[in-house]
Amino acid sequence: MKEWFAIIMGASLLVLMIPILYRIIMGPTGFDRILGVNVIGTKTAVILVIIGTLFERVDMFVDFAIAYALLNFVGAIVVSRYFNRTVPLQEMEKPRAKATKRVKA
Amino acid sequence: MIELLASVELNEPVTSPGWFLVHTIGMGMGILGLIFFLGTAVGMVRFPDFYTRMHAAGKGDTLSTMLMLGGFGLVMMEDFSAGSWLLLLKILGIVLFIFITTPTSSHALMRAAFEDDEMPLGEKDLQKLRQRSRKPRSK
Repeated sequence: MKEWFAIIMGASLLVLMIPILYRIIMGPTGFDRILGVNVIGTKTAVILVIIGTLFERVDMFVDFAIAYALLNFVGAIVVSRYFNRTVPLQEMEKPRAKATKRVKA
Repeated sequence: MIELLASVELNEPVTSPGWFLVHTIGMGMGILGLIFFLGTAVGMVRFPDFYTRMHAAGKGDTLSTMLMLGGFGLVMMEDFSAGSWLLLLKILGIVLFIFITTPTSSHALMRAAFEDDEMPLGEKDLQKLRQRSRKPRSK
């Protein structure tokens, strides 16, 4: 019962990852790809726990899942810092001013 | 498939109805998480804009991961030994970690995209709507 539940759940997770993989490959901007990588990385922690259930070594694979979730978070933060333009705090409002002008024009 | 599941269930004797209830609750949580992840996948493909895709990804991803990990933590409990409690505690630690970090990374990505002049899609449509709404007033 438990093994079959794990197998069916892992297979359906892998099938549901295909649309997100499509978004990573065909994404219009780079941010879509980072977002898809973030989602798949979060789901990989779940899949690691499922693999641990199938191998009956859950106590080992749960540690892997903790490390993977941590690495995923650090990767997303680092990439968003890389794309973020380092502007001073007073000029932070400039893109919003541009945006409102574009809407009004 | 149903016959196979039924046979597997018959081969493994259920020790007590309490454990059967706990395992059923865990499996229900896992299936609910799969439903939420289906919503995330459909939203990632079908939504037209980066911010709307981020809306689908951030919320559905967080909730489905928490539900699936919690459900697996309940399914894997079989006795009240110390190792079993430690395993459940570790899985709840992952759940707490993901509950904190996934919205944070979504917020950081949204901030980076906004300061990189990634505009929402509805701008031109909004212009067209305003022009259409102005014309009948002038007439």
